Order: sequence, then structure tokens, then C-alpha cells
Amino acid sequence: MNPSLRKALAASGPFVGLVFVYILFAGLTAWQGGDSRDAFLSLYNSKTILTQAVIVTIGALGITLVIIAGGIDLSVGSQIALATVVIAWCLREYGGDTAGIGLSLGAAALGILACGVCGLLNGVMSALFRIVPFIITLGTMQIARGVAKWIAEEQTIVTPESMLFNVMVVEPQPDVATSVAPGIWVAAGLIVVVVLTLRYTVFGRYVFAIGSNEATARLCGINVTLQRIWIYTLCGLLTGVAGVMQFANLTVGDPTAAVGMELDIIAAVVIGGGSLSGGEGSALGSVVGALIMAVLRNGCTMVGVPNFVQDIVIGVIIISAVAVDRLKHRATVAG
Amino acid sequence: MEPLLRLQDIQKSFGATRALKGVSLAVRPGEIHALIGENGAGKSTLMKVLSGAIRADGGRIELRGRPCAIPSPAAGRRLGIAMIYQELTLAPHLTVEENLTLGIERRRLGVVRSQRGKIRDVLALLQHPGLPLDAPVRTLGMGLQQLIEIGRALMSNASIIIMDEPTSSLSAADTKALFTTMARLKEAGIAIIYISHFLEEVMRVSDTYTVLRDGETVASGTISDTTMAAIIEAMVGRKLTEMFPAMAHDMGGPVFEARNVHGLHLPHGVDLTLRAGEILGIAGLVGAGRTETVRALFGLDRARAGSLCVAHGRPCPVRRQRPRKALRQGLDLLSEDRKDEGLATAMTITENTTLAVLPRFAQARGWGPLRLARERRAVWRWVDELNIKCAGVDRPVDSLSGGNQQKVALARVLENDGAVILLDEPTRGVDVGSKVDIYRLIGRLAREGKAVVFISSYLPELMGVCDTIAVMHRGKLSQPRPACEWTEQEIMRVAVSGE
Repeated sequence: MNPSLRKALAASGPFVGLVFVYILFAGLTAWQGGDSRDAFLSLYNSKTILTQAVIVTIGALGITLVIIAGGIDLSVGSQIALATVVIAWCLREYGGDTAGIGLSLGAAALGILACGVCGLLNGVMSALFRIVPFIITLGTMQIARGVAKWIAEEQTIVTPESMLFNVMVVEPQPDVATSVAPGIWVAAGLIVVVVLTLRYTVFGRYVFAIGSNEATARLCGINVTLQRIWIYTLCGLLTGVAGVMQFANLTVGDPTAAVGMELDIIAAVVIGGGSLSGGEGSALGSVVGALIMAVLRNGCTMVGVPNFVQDIVIGVIIISAVAVDRLKHRATVAG
Repeated sequence: MEPLLRLQDIQKSFGATRALKGVSLAVRPGEIHALIGENGAGKSTLMKVLSGAIRADGGRIELRGRPCAIPSPAAGRRLGIAMIYQELTLAPHLTVEENLTLGIERRRLGVVRSQRGKIRDVLALLQHPGLPLDAPVRTLGMGLQQLIEIGRALMSNASIIIMDEPTSSLSAADTKALFTTMARLKEAGIAIIYISHFLEEVMRVSDTYTVLRDGETVASGTISDTTMAAIIEAMVGRKLTEMFPAMAHDMGGPVFEARNVHGLHLPHGVDLTLRAGEILGIAGLVGAGRTETVRALFGLDRARAGSLCVAHGRPCPVRRQRPRKALRQGLDLLSEDRKDEGLATAMTITENTTLAVLPRFAQARGWGPLRLARERRAVWRWVDELNIKCAGVDRPVDSLSGGNQQKVALARVLENDGAVILLDEPTRGVDVGSKVDIYRLIGRLAREGKAVVFISSYLPELMGVCDTIAVMHRGKLSQPRPACEWTEQEIMRVAVSGE
């Protein structure tokens, strides 16, 4: 096969998967008949799917950087919970009956910052103690969760009305762009930024180089330690944005939110072509991975498939995505 | 006495490379047989054939007078051939006893049965009857670990033990102890094939020898009938081929100075001065500290002491050297380990070529977007100039042949355009055509007034390409002398004996 064609096919693999899953559920709902077909294909439902995918998508953007650089971050779920708690705490402490725009934005910024600090700590500690990131982030996963519970005094924090509540609301209005939840715009903007960063900046190239061969990166004068710290910090900041979205969804600060979400996010990256051994992955692929999972969960609910089947199906998809990737690699090496 | 093991005309090819062209060798019981040859002469390939790790294409292996085949490492062990590698293969967390019986555990009803009786016999033979059997192996010193490795060979009733550079990681005391052990094994009728670069050791402990060169047996006999000089001659005795293009170049003033460089292990106090347009060859055995020296100078390995100064810049302690700093000073290094360090082989030719100077191709002093078109143009220039055969600059490096991969690594050095270039084994694993291209390139660099350090274990290329040559022996570098004043025999002598 022509190499550029093969490359194009390899890159579009996750996208083909997304289209397949979508058509599959369109077919299933049609076969079931009645309202569910129209419901699944409706613009409103598409907007719902996109909105449901926002949190995992933004989280996946951060983890994509980490995974391409050959690392892993297990603490993102806890970080998201921490962000919701920090935001809610801010709104409750400083807001009256309603929180103004300034306070809302400030609270969101503080939530993002809290996650940024978590990321910074992940990066600094794995550099300082030379411990593999799996262990470090396993630790910070517990620590961030604990701090979230501490701030929230082990309860959900109820907050005054804030503009943040509207970020993830799906307007039932059928007209297209203007009625999309603001969170989707935020996600779209971040996707563009991360895609461009990975493809067109020195930093992006270094991320790939460190994951592909750390020794080479060192040989070429790249300060691997510093770049790693940057990468984890950026991942934390992006996770913080995902945390803002999670807060908007919940409208309360919940220290027990997003338990296990890190695995969903890592799954999105892996489905999208990220390799846990580093050097491979793409932001767009991860986004498609997140969408595949969102379509799947939404479609299963529409068809009336019970929750446990959804879990099994997603598990199968993760394994087959990686298996297909392996086979593709073997074909490239043989060719 | 009847030979225990006899090899006749063993041949082995890897693709177009003929690693073994016909090797013969005979070992008798209770004999220490030295296998000698330069790097790449075919020693390791031969040992792999003997241990069953690879199969020979042709030739005859006779064990105790009967022809036999060694299709797998397990078969080799069953025939009583044990291999002791340079890197020990013990399980560091398991105990002495567990390591000794690893893979040959006796079971009764699925439960491991004690073999303490046999272990006692083996340890008695090794003259270490009191070794604590319950101690984890990692708590023991290198010498004892090696002893356990030998013990493991004896546990499986080995009659031939092959030792590959066993003394390279041992202290002087441990080396002495090893030689005592070897003498005991000899008395017990075990044959030892002993591979070592250190010729003085070889002369001391061995009874017989075989010299390999270019995959052929070129000399063999009894040690007491020969001299070290004769062995060295047999090792290097080849003619200079017409591979080295003469490139006239002038030498200018000094552009690089390093004083008293000490690494964590190696080197021990190296001084180095390079002049503009000088090609300095560094010869020496593997493990002598050549790679460690240039890595310390480039800041890749930690150093203990020393200072360096590039192109009249400020003197800088080697302890504070970092690759990034070195590159900025105009000092560049080509790694000896192309696959694991020199190149990110899964990345493209373009990405590899520009990785060290990437900020140059970005707008806003490295912070803005990359100028991808300009980057590709720069890479295409090197592809043309260095004659890199590739289907395009966006192809991954691992799609190229070894020679072309090495040229990509060289292109990165050229793109950085430093004044002092350290090349560590630049022609290793490279086809002949690419070798000539690389020699030409080194000549061109010198003509452009750059100072080049050329590390190689292949003496003819050092003699053919370099202006001056220095020899490294156990962490110390000799005074450089003009290449024409050296002979290969002299270089070999200094490399193995240090004087």
C-alpha cells in the first residue's frame, strides 16, 4: 500500500470507528422503531451527546500530552472533584444569594489553578524522586481526593446561583450553532489550541520526542525534566477546565464526583490512537475517542440497553482499538 | 588427549554480511582456551552458535568425538555447554540457593526438593563452602555474584564453560579470585573457553588460543609457544584498503581544551587539546573509557572533576556541563548507540534532523509556530548532500538502512554546525559504501576548520582518516601522536597494556 494512503487510513481509523458506532445506533433505533429513532438522530440529541462528551474530551486533551510524552496521570478524576469543590467553596464563601460574573469567573480560575498545582506537583515529584508517574499520580489521586473532601468537610457544597450553571445546559431550541451549550465552544477552542500546539510548536515536537526516545531528547539538548514538569502542569490546567464543566453539570461541589473518570479519559486517548509506551497519539484522535464513548453511552440508553452492557461494550472497544493498532503496526514493520 | 569440543569450518551469514567465514577451534578437557580477536572479528557470533542462541549455516561441531547439533540454548545446556556472559544473568532478589537451582529445580509432588547436597559439592569445588545460601544475591559483591553464575553452570553438570569478558566489571582482587577458581575448574577436568580483550590476562591464564579475524581462524596454538606481539600481529594483520579518500586540510590554532577530566567510574584524568581542522582518532578497547570521556565532555554522563573550554569561550567545569550547554558552546556528539540513543527511530527524518536546533525553525525566537516548509528544505539539503537514500523526509527513520540512519544522525550534527564534533563509533553497523561517505564527510568537516574526535575500534579507518591518534587504556588517554608515527601493532600494544 502507498505509504501516505496508509498513513491517512491509520490516522482516520478512530474517525471511521465513530461513524460506524453512530450508524450502528441509528440502525438499532430504527429497527426498534417508534420514537427512539427520531430521538437518537435529532439535533437535540446530537447536542446532548456533544455536551456529555465535553468533560472527557477536555480531560483527554491534557492526558494526550502526558501519554504522548510517555507518561500517565491517574489523578485527573480526583483533580476534577477537587476543582468542583474549590469552585463551590469560593462561590459559597464570597457570593450572596447570587454570584456575579466576576466572582464566577474568579472561582472557575481558582478551580483551574488548583488542578494546575496538582499537575505541577505530579511533574516535580516524578522528576525529583525519579519515581514512575504511575506511582506518583496514584498517590496524588488519593491526596487530591482527600483534600477535596477536607475542603468540603465530606459533604457536597451547595452554592448560590451562578452563570457557571449555564455552561453545560443543552438548549432545546432546534436552531443550530447559537443554541449549543457554551461548554462545547470552550472544548472546541481548546481542541484547536492543543492540536496546533502539538503540530506547529517546538514544545509540541519535544512532547513527541521525549515520548519517542528520551535518550535522544537528552542528546539533543532538550531539558527533559523541565519539559515533563510543563507537560504535567498543562495537563492539570486542562483537567481544571474539565472540572469547571463538571461543576456546571452538578451545580454543586462534590468531593466524590468523577470517581474513575481518569480511566474513561485514558480510554478515550487509547481508542484515539495514543500509545502508553509514548511517542504516539493525537489530540483529534483522543477527541474522537471521547465522542465514540459518548455516542455509545447515549445510544445504549436510547435503545434501552442496561448499564452493565455499556461497560462491557466499552471494554471490548478499548481492547479492539489497541489490537487493531498493533496489527497495523506489525503490517507497517513487515511492509 | 582427545579434544572435548572440536569446531570445523563454522560459517554464518546475516543477510549479505558473512559474520563467520570458516572458524575452526579445538578444546581439550581441563584446558583454558583463549578466544582472541578485535571487536567485530566474530567472537560473539561464534559463542552464540556454541550456546545454541543461533544456528550455523555450515560446518561441523563435534563433542567428545561425535558430531552434534545445538539447535537451542536448552540443547546446549543439556550437552554440558554453559555460557557466562559479561552481564550477569542472576535474579538479584532471589537467594543464592534459588539462583543456583533456577531452571533445574527438582520436584516431588510439585514441591521443590532440596538439592543442598549437590550445592555443597559445587561450592566446595569453588572453594566457597560457607557461602550463605539464604542471602539474596544482590547483597553479594560482583566477584561472588560471578562465582554463583559459574556455580549455576556446574549445577547443570557443564563440561565446557564459555566466559565472555568475565573480568571487565571485576576489581583486581575479584579478578585474581576468578583466576584461582578457573584453575580449580581446570583441575576438575572442565574445559574453559575464555574471551578477553586484556591480552596480558590471556597470556597469564590460558593454555591454548585461537585468533579470529574477519570471521576466520587466522592463528591457533599453545600460549607458551607464542608471544604477545605475534598474537597482536595476527589480530590486526590486514592491509589498508583503498577506502580512505585523502582530503588535504590545514590545522589552525587550538579550539578545544579539556583538563583532567574524571568520570564517576571512567575516565581517570584525561587531557585533550584539539586544533581547528584536526581529526583526532581515539583507539582503545571496548570498556577502556573512550565513550565515557566524550559523554562526560558533552554533559550526558556525570563527571567528578575537570574543566573544558570550547572555541575560546569561558572555561567550564565538566561537572556542570549539560548537553544543551554543550550544543550552545558549539560542541556536538554523535552517539555510539544509534538505535537506543542517537535517533528517535519512530520519528521522521525531518524531526530527527532538526531536533537539536528546533527553536531556529520557529518564529518569535522559538516560541511561535514552526516554519515547516523551511525545515523541510533544510532537511532535503542534507538528504542530497549526504546521499541519504529515502522515500521522503517524512518517512520514519526506522524505514532506512543502518548506513542511511547514521547519515541522518550525522545530518543533525551538521545542522547544528558546531566547531568541535565528537564522533563515537560513527561507522559501526554501517555498510561499506556509507562508510566511505562518512570518511569523506569527516574530511570535509576538517577542511571547514572544525575539530573532530573520531572514536573507533577499527584501526585501519583511524590510521586512514585521522591526523593524530591517541590510545585509551583503562581510563587513561595516551599523548596524541601524528597518525603516521603509529603502527597498528603499537596501537594494539598500548591499548592492551597501557604503555
